[in-house]
Amino acid sequence: MGGIKVIGIPMSTCTQRVLVVLIEKGAEYVVEPLDMMKGAHKQPEHLAIQPFGQIPVIEDGKFKLFESRAIVRYVAEKYEGQGPSLYGKTLHEKALVEQWLAVEIEEFNAPITAAVVQLVLGPKFKGIPADEAIVSASLEKLEKVLDVYEAQLAKNKFLAGNFLSIADLVHLPFLFLLVGVAKRGEVVTSRKHVHEWYETLSSLPSWKKVLALAA
Amino acid sequence: MTIIIHGLAASTCTSRVVATLIEKEVVDYVIEPVDLVSGAHKKPEYLALQPFGVIPVIQDGDLTLFESRAIARYICDKYANQGTALYGSSLTDRAKVEQWLEVESQNFHLPIGTAVFELVFKGYRGLTTDDSVVEANLSKLSSVLDIYEVHLSKNKYLAGDFFSLADLSHLPYLHYLIHVAKKGDVVTSKKHVNAWWEDISSRPSWKKVLELMAGN
Repeated sequence: MGGIKVIGIPMSTCTQRVLVVLIEKGAEYVVEPLDMMKGAHKQPEHLAIQPFGQIPVIEDGKFKLFESRAIVRYVAEKYEGQGPSLYGKTLHEKALVEQWLAVEIEEFNAPITAAVVQLVLGPKFKGIPADEAIVSASLEKLEKVLDVYEAQLAKNKFLAGNFLSIADLVHLPFLFLLVGVAKRGEVVTSRKHVHEWYETLSSLPSWKKVLALAA
Repeated sequence: MTIIIHGLAASTCTSRVVATLIEKEVVDYVIEPVDLVSGAHKKPEYLALQPFGVIPVIQDGDLTLFESRAIARYICDKYANQGTALYGSSLTDRAKVEQWLEVESQNFHLPIGTAVFELVFKGYRGLTTDDSVVEANLSKLSSVLDIYEVHLSKNKYLAGDFFSLADLSHLPYLHYLIHVAKKGDVVTSKKHVNAWWEDISSRPSWKKVLELMAGN
């Protein structure tokens, strides 16, 4: 069948979110790169499949889907019978996975994105140096969120319980940029259980494979 | 077993949960009001249930669950065999619903949430609306809704030809922007978006939610 086509770039956080889940599930996939630097994501051909002009998009046969967090849910459901069960095994476990997926968007995403844009993406892609005031303010907000994660991860190895789920994996790309690339991960490494959780996630063979693809 | 919702009927996120329960024909639930004015949501008893100190949170037997969109998804799965099929009827239907739920929670929610906060919720706290923030966010929202306009000219609902959780999830903030803040032109001036809004807000479930809001 050829597997799932991922239209995106392995260096991009949202594409990485999809790739790490595909690899964890042992799903067949192929990456079709999009030339973002040339603005391919804003061209009519791409807008026809992703009207917000973003990546990634997947094509599974004739079925097309965008939004990385919708895609990882689809992959977790479609490949339920193979690889680790990334949605838990019961209705309750699945509900808790959804809860922490929502927390990632509502609480975690904005402050870490703001910090990473300043520390990595601005300097790298636009030659703009980091605004340390924004970095400070963002990391302060992120610390309050990570205090809640610390309490949760003191009770369970992973966010939704003692099983790895898509709720954990969606956090990886931006955590890696902050800790591994920007080297500003004190907010993570200073919290014992958050640190252990990050170490576990970033040591996954699936994540190492994503980094190899991104290199 | 009665589902306990700790929240407020008039609140955007609580109403998202209540609308879902009604669409799924669930009657065994109760709203236990959280006194935001007195800061109940920041006290230890509440934080033990919802550590971020926001509403709502539900208790369903031994499950405690927060984040309104997670709660709504849980209700859809738990009551899959009754009420409206809010996830459609196939894996790909469900994926499309998830796609538009993600669009709602990010592309749509950020500008409309900010605008509604400035226009309505700041007033509840005795703070002043920042008109430039409102302008900027209504402009962003309008650009997002231009994309919805094209999509809804080809599809009756967001995920296709069926009403889904993705459509429902937009109701609370659209209601607050259009009927409470009275700044709904960016919505009502777009033909297909307006028709979609009229359709989804006329559903019996949403009318029931409005009754509960008025009773608050």
